[in-house]
Amino acid sequence: MKLILRVWRQDGAKDEGRFETHQLDGVSEDSSFLEMLDQLNEQLLEEGTEPVLFDHDCREGICGSCSLTINGLAHGPEDSTTTCQLHMRKFTDGETVTIEPFRARAFPVVRDLVVDRSAFDRITQAGGYITVRTGSAPDGNAIPVPKDDSDKAMDAAACIGCGACVASCKNASAMLFTSAKAGHLNLLPQGKAEKDKRVLAMVEEMDNSGFGNCRNYGECSAACPKDISLDYISKLNRDHAAAKVRKIFS
Amino acid sequence: MNLDSKIPEGPLSDKWDNHRFSSKLVNPANKRKYRVIVVGSGLAGGSAAATLAELGYNVDCFCYQDSPRRAHSIAAQGGINGAKNYQNDGDSIHRLFYDTVKGGDFRSREANVYRLAQVSTNIIDQCVAQGVPFAREYGGLLANRSFGGAQVSRTFYARGQTGQQLLLGAYSALSRQISTGQVKMHTRHEMLDLVVVDGHAKGIITRNLASGETKAWTADAVILCTGGYGNVYYLSTNAIGCNVTATYRAYRRGAGFANPCFTQIHPTCIPVAGDHQSKLTLMSESLRNDGRVWVPKKAEDCGKNPNDIAEADRDYYLERKYPSFGNLAPRDISSRSAKEACDEGRGVGPGGRGVYLDFADAISRLGESVIRERYGNLFQMYERITGENAYQRPMRIYPAIHYTMGGLWVDYNLMTTIPGCFALGEANFSDHGANRLGASALMQGLSDGYFVVPYTIGNYLANSGAGTISPDSPEVKEVMESVRERVDQLTSSNGNRSARSYHKQLGQIMWEYAGMARNATGLEKAIGEIQDLRDDFTKNLLVPGSGNNLNAELERAGRVRDFIDFGELLCRDALERNESCGGHFREEYQTEDGEATRDDENFAHAAVWEYKGEGKTPARHKEELKYDNVKLAVRSYK
Repeated sequence: MKLILRVWRQDGAKDEGRFETHQLDGVSEDSSFLEMLDQLNEQLLEEGTEPVLFDHDCREGICGSCSLTINGLAHGPEDSTTTCQLHMRKFTDGETVTIEPFRARAFPVVRDLVVDRSAFDRITQAGGYITVRTGSAPDGNAIPVPKDDSDKAMDAAACIGCGACVASCKNASAMLFTSAKAGHLNLLPQGKAEKDKRVLAMVEEMDNSGFGNCRNYGECSAACPKDISLDYISKLNRDHAAAKVRKIFS
Repeated sequence: MNLDSKIPEGPLSDKWDNHRFSSKLVNPANKRKYRVIVVGSGLAGGSAAATLAELGYNVDCFCYQDSPRRAHSIAAQGGINGAKNYQNDGDSIHRLFYDTVKGGDFRSREANVYRLAQVSTNIIDQCVAQGVPFAREYGGLLANRSFGGAQVSRTFYARGQTGQQLLLGAYSALSRQISTGQVKMHTRHEMLDLVVVDGHAKGIITRNLASGETKAWTADAVILCTGGYGNVYYLSTNAIGCNVTATYRAYRRGAGFANPCFTQIHPTCIPVAGDHQSKLTLMSESLRNDGRVWVPKKAEDCGKNPNDIAEADRDYYLERKYPSFGNLAPRDISSRSAKEACDEGRGVGPGGRGVYLDFADAISRLGESVIRERYGNLFQMYERITGENAYQRPMRIYPAIHYTMGGLWVDYNLMTTIPGCFALGEANFSDHGANRLGASALMQGLSDGYFVVPYTIGNYLANSGAGTISPDSPEVKEVMESVRERVDQLTSSNGNRSARSYHKQLGQIMWEYAGMARNATGLEKAIGEIQDLRDDFTKNLLVPGSGNNLNAELERAGRVRDFIDFGELLCRDALERNESCGGHFREEYQTEDGEATRDDENFAHAAVWEYKGEGKTPARHKEELKYDNVKLAVRSYK
């Protein structure tokens, strides 16, 4: 295949940034999108220019490192798929492909297509855990968990923290990410004790990190490579309201 | 080189108890005087950093990724073993111990493996309490599945994402400690050297991958949790960033490197599709619970649609050769059998390098919905990569490098031959011998991090006393200088070949001569070719840009440089080990029907390599392995 690539280049957070256009020939349709970028980078090296930088690591859709907005869509056109798992057979010969970083105020650009998503780590640090010291746990089967609850917790816990939800939301809201983490823990009996505290702290940190408000557009869930459901957002809203009320009366 | 394994006295089942009692403790109020560096944030690093911080130590934790949650432990699919015997099927600590020693082809240390089996039960409890959503039965209790190399069901799992869920558990514990300030987390930092002062590990030098800054960090102890070296083969199931630099640099500073030739080839990966390929993708071994492995009996059938090949014309070779374990034969045996079938010209798919993994029987027995629930995400992943629907036609699979059993030599305390430098998880060599069983890597990473090093490090720290050195001291500055020189040398390379092209070539040499089957002639040839490759690298490497900001080519060049040296060491180790055992198969040492021939008389030892200087041949030392509790036997899965 032959492709025209419009790629975002930016030297750092303060640089304005610009699109660069490159032609790439001989792309195998069996290669992944990132392997196609590897090929572009080898070509740029030969031409004496610096390769395009992008985040990636596991290349099997689970680490959440890869990002990229491809033709306007976070992680590209295929549903439930990260950029690293997107294969070139989904594109057509001669197509122009526009590649941008995940854009959001809370995700400043580091260089080219690499962005800083450490705000997600801070939201987790605020309360995305169950306080349990190593060694203090009861037997694994001491607390039965209904299979349905456990399955729902797992659905939420499947979030890979890539940030596609933020990049695809026009408000750059982080509600889907935050609600998935909070939902995973709140659904389990082990997570009940800290539920109110967790919800209040995580939402507060989210608000402080510069993410926008959720308006229920639903783009986040549509773009999510792990199909995290919007139900978790409604659940977080309910839990948050209840926690606030309980805080006032306690 | 002093290889005192420090195995505690007493009967096997009492050793860990005895050891904990005889180890010195650090008083709670004194713990805050100590600083510990943890390199890596996977299962071993994340759990160690969190637990040490809970105890009150000051921890600096480093990872090269942009978040500690992205370490490659996250990609483990199948599960984690625990000797809970919840299934009432005859499991016990002793059985898990025995299976692991046998699975490792009798090349691991008894006492370490026994301790691993002992704490396996605590790990499950710990993870459940953290909120890891393990699979459950309808009654709300934990579910189990069986796995290769075992005849009991002791594997706990969270769909096909067990590694992800366990890592998120460790990451949540780590996050809690980061929020209290007890752990200082340094992301996008790569360790480039170890600082050793008066024979003790006292710090590390890192490069900030985003800003390019090289910096020295000092501490009372350094814990390396930097994973394995599978990427020396270029194509592996490892993440692109996984590298050997931290452990290889520790080796150059005096840490013994044990059994580098013990590498594991995983039997169920998606076959190579073409030249563009940058990594290989694993299909969880758990698929072998329901999938049947076969190739056509006749080479001329290989091009046919598999669904058109009659039952009588299929060779279910694992079931035929190993009737009692069948499709659940251990990884090394399954991998080699696949290679044999393909070498006989009966392989399928591009290049004839693939075998079928067929779910038709399981689907007709259990229904498609059950298979979808068990493996849905794996089938989906397979379809994305290959464009084929595995519910309708068998998957194609082929072995790929997946895990490395070798690593830094450690004693019972998980301390390397450099006092104060510890190695945990895949980075050490201790528990899996010559072959690791499925669902045991997660167990070992978490065992080392949650339940072993937090005890054993106390004994070292109590004996050595608190006192970090200044990052400005001459010893630290000297190491820092050498790191800067190395980086400068790489950034001033303006030849005409990319680091990737060298990595690819190295990988081809390694896979050809030190892959699934090895022989002396090939290994000698490989060593020569690697030396030539190094010369070429020094002359013709191209690294664009500068060292003062994010520069992926520079990162890769540094890692490939260390892989080249390390590849040579691996081949040397493979050449010296004149036997076949586990993942190390030397063609000269096999029975008539192609089974591995171990040589217990001459090779029941861990080979430990000592660095002797640039361009010099390293020295090979031995730690003799004593088996008081198991009988060395020919490993049979027939």
